[in-house]
Amino acid sequence: MTGIVWYLTIFVLAAFVGYEVISKVPSILHTPLMSGSNAIHGIVLVGALFIMGEATGTAQLVLGFVTVFLATLNIVGGFVVTDRMLEMFRAKPERSPAPVSPAASQEREDGSS
Amino acid sequence: MILGYTAVSFPLSTWRSAIFLVAIIGFVLALKGLSSPRHARPGNLLGAAAALVAVGMTFSAGTVNHSARNLGLALGAMALGTAVAVPAARLVKMTAMPQMVAIFNGVGGGAAALISVTELLHVHSTGVSPATYVIVEALLGVLIGCVSFAGSAISFAKLQELMATRPIVYPAQQPINALVGAGIVALFVTGVVTGSVAYAFGVLGLSLVLGVVFTLPIGGADVPVLISLLNAFTGLAVAASGFTLGNPLLIVAGTLVGASGTLLTRLMSKAMGRSLPNILFSAFGAVVTATGTTEGLDGKSVKTATPEDVGVLLAYARKVAIIPGYGLAVAQAQHVVKELADELTSRGVDVFYAIHPVAGRMPGHMNVLLAEANVPYDELKEMDEANPEMPTTDVALVVGANDTVNPAAVSSPGSPIYGMPIVHADEAQHIVFLKRSMRPGFAGIDNALLFDDKTVMLFGDAKETLQKLVGAVKAA
Repeated sequence: MTGIVWYLTIFVLAAFVGYEVISKVPSILHTPLMSGSNAIHGIVLVGALFIMGEATGTAQLVLGFVTVFLATLNIVGGFVVTDRMLEMFRAKPERSPAPVSPAASQEREDGSS
Repeated sequence: MILGYTAVSFPLSTWRSAIFLVAIIGFVLALKGLSSPRHARPGNLLGAAAALVAVGMTFSAGTVNHSARNLGLALGAMALGTAVAVPAARLVKMTAMPQMVAIFNGVGGGAAALISVTELLHVHSTGVSPATYVIVEALLGVLIGCVSFAGSAISFAKLQELMATRPIVYPAQQPINALVGAGIVALFVTGVVTGSVAYAFGVLGLSLVLGVVFTLPIGGADVPVLISLLNAFTGLAVAASGFTLGNPLLIVAGTLVGASGTLLTRLMSKAMGRSLPNILFSAFGAVVTATGTTEGLDGKSVKTATPEDVGVLLAYARKVAIIPGYGLAVAQAQHVVKELADELTSRGVDVFYAIHPVAGRMPGHMNVLLAEANVPYDELKEMDEANPEMPTTDVALVVGANDTVNPAAVSSPGSPIYGMPIVHADEAQHIVFLKRSMRPGFAGIDNALLFDDKTVMLFGDAKETLQKLVGAVKAA
């Protein structure tokens, strides 16, 4: 099994994995998941670098440069923006259990004076 | 001899493939992590690490660094890309997040299309005529990548409100689309038969046109689903460029995104109660009924109230539901709304947030905004959880939402949003709308709930109005 058939095999198996791996997603994660998978296809940068490496002549060099630039935007921006979104979900358990004491002591001072 | 060769040495290309395999595993685990709340952030970081390893490995492969000039250009382009992307992603307002995702997705599609074109150019410049399947793969990459690029650009313009968010329809739309499609097919087939690169540029140009005409008739409210679909397209375009370059990493990563993106698109359209073909081809809202006046259809007019009235209403309620929408996001009012909720809670009022799945501009967008304001997770109720509580709710406070509480989605089969699940604000005892104006919502249709006898309106900027409400509740 070589060449195109081999690649088609990989393609089909990857399609099944992609479909199965996110079987259940709560709707609050739809946006981050979209953004995260957007970052993952930023790996097109690897392809762009291959193109850049083998480029000869002005046309190919210019196209290669633009391609690497666009792919970098995709991969870097994609991961950073997703991380920023998910950062928001982190600070949950800060239910500030202690505001009672300063407020209460304040009142006592007020009452005594 | 072959046996001896494999036994003795383990060539660099095998090492590279092995590292690429590690990256592939990283991507699968990243997707897995991103679909559960607890593992989402580590999942994303794992994906980034996998990408970093794969890119680093590419530099070691000898394909990039055989020429100082090409290596310099590659590093320069990456430095430039990083210098643009990091500040853009860091500084963008949370409300503008969907547009940002659209841009990053579009440039990925553009990169995939350019890879296919450049590879064809390169193969030709070496004097070899490529095999038929190579041309097919390359042209598919160009087609899908360009549609994604142009479609994302239009989505960005719609979300940024640089152009009308309403569906754009014009005479002979279907024939024109068909013509563009037929033109692409003709160029594609000719390109494959003749093997000439010129046709690849033809496919590139017409695919950009297709991306535009395909996106224009899709209404603003459906744009998030569109972005998700274009995200899946870009994945497939990346997979196609993986075929062209013979790179399994690109094939797998692209296909993973293509498949999971397609599923995600279906989940999203389901959350909006709409089918995907309906979203893509129905020119949603071609029957626009919005008038934006304060007069209802049967001559009823809206009732306005003062913040003081509403403050008293809220302060003496037992249960208050806050229904946030995009208006809350644009007014950056998520912190003030929390202040109001805290004030009410301290008076013993039971407060919860009823979150429609597509509140904001994207599924999950509102949760992100409220999480930013440190709203406790357990006060956020998903629509299905919130709706049973609505009949026993005293006041439904609708902050900058409109379409997601429009009873037309349930009661009038002719409405463009008929069938979309809504938050049943209409079942609460009192409904208070905080709105900037009578302008209709994103879907561009009137909302009969605004004219209901139980409804009062508080016009003005959501943030200012909420601040007045906080004061009024304190005074009550």
